[in-house]
Amino acid sequence: MTENTMAKPQKFFLPNAYPEPAFLKLESLACSRGLRLLFEGVSQTLKAGEALALYGANGSGKTSLLRQIAGFLPLAAGTISFGDTPPNAVHFIGHADGLKNALSVGETLALDAALWGAPDTTTDLLPLLGLQNRAWQKVADLSAGQRRRLALAKLCLAPRPLWLLDEPMTALDTAGQELIDTLAGAHLAAGGLIVASSHMPLAFATKELVLGAPA
Amino acid sequence: MSVFWAICRQHMVLAWRGGHTTLAVAFLFIGVTLMPFGLGPELALLQALAPGLLWVVLIMALLTSLDRLFQADYEDGSLDQMMLMPLPLELVVLGKLLGHYMALVLPLLLAVPLAGLLLNLAPAHLPMLLLAMLAGSPALVLLGGIGASLAVSVRRGGLLTVLLSLPFYVPVMIFGAGASQQALAGEIDETRLAILGLLSLASLLAAPVAIAAALRNAVR
Repeated sequence: MTENTMAKPQKFFLPNAYPEPAFLKLESLACSRGLRLLFEGVSQTLKAGEALALYGANGSGKTSLLRQIAGFLPLAAGTISFGDTPPNAVHFIGHADGLKNALSVGETLALDAALWGAPDTTTDLLPLLGLQNRAWQKVADLSAGQRRRLALAKLCLAPRPLWLLDEPMTALDTAGQELIDTLAGAHLAAGGLIVASSHMPLAFATKELVLGAPA
Repeated sequence: MSVFWAICRQHMVLAWRGGHTTLAVAFLFIGVTLMPFGLGPELALLQALAPGLLWVVLIMALLTSLDRLFQADYEDGSLDQMMLMPLPLELVVLGKLLGHYMALVLPLLLAVPLAGLLLNLAPAHLPMLLLAMLAGSPALVLLGGIGASLAVSVRRGGLLTVLLSLPFYVPVMIFGAGASQQALAGEIDETRLAILGLLSLASLLAAPVAIAAALRNAVR
């Protein structure tokens, strides 16, 4: 794609402030997959505007922790408490992007808006995501990085105080990584929370947690 | 509520573009076309068997599409997103099932009169047959959804889905084919129609809850 034609978003989709003062409290969490204990004793408190970066080797349980916070995985031990009640307060962006190959980019955005109960803002979102002139392209024909950008649309469509990002920088070019930093910055400034796993330092992170290597 | 319709619409568009609608209708016609070759060309025999045969082929055509009901969503991560949508998972599931019904069952029901022609079914027999299918087919999709959701995390779980759904289908099949058989005698079988409707209503109440529970278990 042409080198960064992505303008800085003039009209931003995220709210100036989230209505509920959000917080996230993890207390001595443990997670087991099968018979193996992935991690235990994970405690962390996030206040409004804070972002937690999860580091750790492959298999250390970063994705599992994110899925626990999202409510997908049962907790082996510990508690998770939110300011607002999930599931409606959470966005989860994982490795599987949930995009449908048979749809075009424009259709995906329009449907996404409807699915997340938001007004259709496709024309504004395309340039924001760096996907202008791609509205007619099939999702199947997008590159890995472009798919990633498209999957970020829901963050802008439905404002939710807690974002769970599983290796958000994967496959993204410099402009795409800047896009995530911009979105994350605006989200945190509005009093949102982020928990993101990564193998590289995240610019927007205010706290970090290193999960132990698997035994 | 618009979220509900969006889910329904998305499922319909994907079923259509993925060729599932065409495949199911084609399957129905292939099945019906093969019958006279297997049973012999006696028109009276074909007519006598037609209602039962059409029910069997309808169910088979529907079974071919069941494994894609939730499997694609499981594989591409949409199932995770479905858990987080601003709508209870039970309703998300119901939206998908409604989309599946409109994208697959309705085209199949539209194809039944033509397929009936191939089996020497007279137009006079059709209303009762279609009435029975209309009353029973919601149960087929809803109950099939239970099988599909239980097998969702199994790779290539199509066969498992079919095996899980089949026992649920037997009562619908018995009453559906029974009611349709009365069509040949030119009678309206109100009792069996009522039972079919009851089966559909009962599965409407039970299936979304059961499917949502199975899907929550699958995203772990």
